[in-house]
Amino acid sequence: MPPKRPKSASSSAGSKGRRKGKTIQSPARVEPGHPEDIFPMVLTSATQELFGCRADEDVTGESPYKLLKKDDIIQDIKTRAAVSDFSPVKQIVLDYPEDELLLVYDRDFTYDQSFYLAVTPEAKDRILNPPEPETSQVLENEVNKTPGPKQWISLGSEQEIDEDSIKETRKRLWYKFSRVQRKFGVPVCFSDRNTADAKDGYLECASYQDSRFSIKQMQRDCGIQAVPRLQSSSAQTQWKCQRNIFTQYIPRELSDEEKENILQSESLKNFCNLVTPRVLQALQQEEIMNVFIDDWKALGTAAEDGDWSGKVSEGFMLYQAFTDQNYAKDKKISSINWHPTIYGVVAVALTEKKEERLNEFTTFAIRPSFIVFYSFSDPSNPQLLLESPDDIFAFEFCPSDPNIIVGGCINGQVVLWDISAHVTHLQGTQPSGKKVSVNTDIFDLDDNKENKTPVVHYCALSALESSHKAPVTDVQWLPPTFEVTRTGLPVENKHKISVQVVTCSPDCTVMFWDVRLPKLLSHSASDRKQKGEQKTQLTPYSVPDTFKHLDRTWKPLFRVSLPKIDTSGEYAPLKFSLEQYTCNSDDTSRTTEKADENDESSAVVPDYSQLRVPSAKTLMTLEDVNTKLYIGTEDGEILYTDWKLEKDDSGRLYSAKPLHCYSIHHWLVNTIQRSPFFKDIILTTGGYNFAIWKEGVMDGPLILSPSSEQVCTVGCWSLSRPAVFFIGKEDGNIEVWNLLEKTSEPAQVHSHITNARVTCIKPWTASSKQHFLIVTDELGVVRVFEIPKTLYVPSRSERLSMKKYFELEEERLTDLLKRKELWAKQKKEAEELKKRTELDKPVRSLEVKEDMNMKEYSDYLTMEESILKAIGLWPAAADTPDT
Amino acid sequence: MAEVEETLKRIEAHRGVIGTIVVNAEGIPIRTNLDNSTAVQYAGLLRNLTQLARSTVRDIDPQNDLTYLRVRSKKYEIMVAPENDFLLIVIQNPCE
Repeated sequence: MPPKRPKSASSSAGSKGRRKGKTIQSPARVEPGHPEDIFPMVLTSATQELFGCRADEDVTGESPYKLLKKDDIIQDIKTRAAVSDFSPVKQIVLDYPEDELLLVYDRDFTYDQSFYLAVTPEAKDRILNPPEPETSQVLENEVNKTPGPKQWISLGSEQEIDEDSIKETRKRLWYKFSRVQRKFGVPVCFSDRNTADAKDGYLECASYQDSRFSIKQMQRDCGIQAVPRLQSSSAQTQWKCQRNIFTQYIPRELSDEEKENILQSESLKNFCNLVTPRVLQALQQEEIMNVFIDDWKALGTAAEDGDWSGKVSEGFMLYQAFTDQNYAKDKKISSINWHPTIYGVVAVALTEKKEERLNEFTTFAIRPSFIVFYSFSDPSNPQLLLESPDDIFAFEFCPSDPNIIVGGCINGQVVLWDISAHVTHLQGTQPSGKKVSVNTDIFDLDDNKENKTPVVHYCALSALESSHKAPVTDVQWLPPTFEVTRTGLPVENKHKISVQVVTCSPDCTVMFWDVRLPKLLSHSASDRKQKGEQKTQLTPYSVPDTFKHLDRTWKPLFRVSLPKIDTSGEYAPLKFSLEQYTCNSDDTSRTTEKADENDESSAVVPDYSQLRVPSAKTLMTLEDVNTKLYIGTEDGEILYTDWKLEKDDSGRLYSAKPLHCYSIHHWLVNTIQRSPFFKDIILTTGGYNFAIWKEGVMDGPLILSPSSEQVCTVGCWSLSRPAVFFIGKEDGNIEVWNLLEKTSEPAQVHSHITNARVTCIKPWTASSKQHFLIVTDELGVVRVFEIPKTLYVPSRSERLSMKKYFELEEERLTDLLKRKELWAKQKKEAEELKKRTELDKPVRSLEVKEDMNMKEYSDYLTMEESILKAIGLWPAAADTPDT
Repeated sequence: MAEVEETLKRIEAHRGVIGTIVVNAEGIPIRTNLDNSTAVQYAGLLRNLTQLARSTVRDIDPQNDLTYLRVRSKKYEIMVAPENDFLLIVIQNPCE
């Protein structure tokens, strides 16, 4: 036990070393803290160097011992005498028996000095040697030696031991088991048995909660996890006071003074100056081109409509041909009309040919003439016949009621029919509908057999003495938007139905008729009755009495005569055209209250027999109706005249002279038709050419076609393309003109459409895919053609292009007229000049002069001719042979 | 005043121009050649649109600013030129 030795060694020495009041167990010494044989001393560094015991270098804590020779010390003492460190131990050193003294470096200052000297050899030995072997010996001795037994002092622990130890409290019991005698020596068989198998096999001492005894668990291990405390709560306010709130606002506006102020301000000026350039630039950009056009798409619209399946049909496809042996044989067709509402029904007016008519005059037999109705569903049988007293040259369906038809006869009378009783019959012949057998509603006792075509007698005929004196060549209804009074003043049309008819005839008059009952005086009620009685005797009972009031007493409203402009005499009109007037919005606003009534009444077509001509004063004059007519005459002139009658000095009404007259065609004018797309563009055909006019341009036609070889017999505009029109010719050709393609020749010529002269062409749009063109001829055959797609689908912006084209033509015309004047002037000047030169030079002989003049003149003529021909304005020779 | 009038007349005389409106900062038309209700409607609607367009342009690049706004519709084109506090609205019918 190492700690023992230092204890024992140092306890005696260390305790002495500690001066600090520690109780010393070893016997106390008087010495100031160090044992007798130890002498602490201080060695200076010089001494340390001298003796080689420098602190921490030669002697350290581990090897603190240094043996010093006695002689050296004595030497040192002698050399240094009092200064030497060893001087206090001089006597000790002298008395030291051995040669070497032990110096111990006392690192820990156990003796208060850094060194100490072992005074006696025993101390030296004790310090140097005995420590290790002594300690080990001491240790071994003490380990091996078991402590000797000591007297045990009872401190009371034997009682606890007694209590805890297990002692037998009673004597052990002896049990001796022996087997039955007979079973001695028999092998024993042991087996296992569960304790629970036998009753009372075991005695259980179960644990139970002892109520007398409880231990309060003072300490328990439990795990803790911190969980955030979540709490959700909601609040709802109660809308206790329910009240709807709304605001209405008007925009703020500045007052005039404020506006003035702002307009004056500098900042506004600056603003304007800054902003104007870019705005102008933007506006100009817009004007130059439209950057948003998708060219690809625009290209495609024309191509889409084109039929690329390869079956592009350029020609007219014959759809139907109508002819009837009974009625149409040897007759010429004078006029033809599509039924405005019923699909596929055409009405054809048949007239006798000229030669036969002459025969007829001699015979006085009244052969009834008919207007024949054909339907697509039954090409060989006419559906309806309209009987008229004489040949009809022109007829028209009423625009507001397709059951009323007005026709003009060859003897100058005007005829009215009402086919409302037979409309169902006509409608029943629709291709989709089934064939309706004879309608029992129709009270036509003429129809004994089903096959017999119903005949409609005319309901009204104009008075013979007041009709035209020549055949009525053109009949037109006034549009339902206006009507005219007795003086020709256009007034508003209350019922918005067509009630007036205009007719013209080569007896140099244009007559306006009204289909309503004229305003009667009070005493004429009896007259009416008488006339009614008379009428009932005259008219057969199967005739509807729509126009009974007019029959035989029908007089025109007024007549318009056409005095010639320059000379005396009158023009003989053949065809006319008036402008279709459409109501302005102002009119409808003024008549809004009546509009409702009118709507109701217009839904139900008012009974014509109940209508009365209203007094002219009650009706409002329409100022913007164009009351001018274009009239084509027998001599090929085109007149532009006003139909309004004027009062002359004596108060009599007379017609004014026509405003303009142009002699363009050289023979009968047979068509004047307005374009369905442009209100003021008119097509006229006659003689060997045709012309297109613009209303308002008084100088001449916009376009005059070059003379063709054949007589142009009829012309009509296409209904779907503004630039296309059809011209029928004498030899049965149809020319299709497209003004946007070619202007000097037809775009297409379809030859031999008919075998004889084309008398009528009328187009019709049945549906978006079916466009028909009906062509009739002198032989009484009606042919219906389907217009090919290329001819009825308008090209892109065709209308706009046409408009521009017409404007261009107009400009060209004015330009040309100016030039003509200029030329005429030049010609005059040239002639005057020549005259003057002639006077100056009388030397030249007359013949030479004459020749020169003639030559110059003919030169001039040829030049003029060539120029005009180049432009295409060369008029045809005036003396065309009459065919 | 006369300069302003003259400038505006120049713009109005341009081909295709249907109407012009000068609007102040609050969206109230100052001078216009359309009728009042139309002008007020245009001014109110276009001012909001212009502000939105301008804030869009400036959000993308704060150094940038709107010079003018053109709204092209089927029937016509509306041009709005913002500057300082005022707005000039021009409605034009395009060339075709």
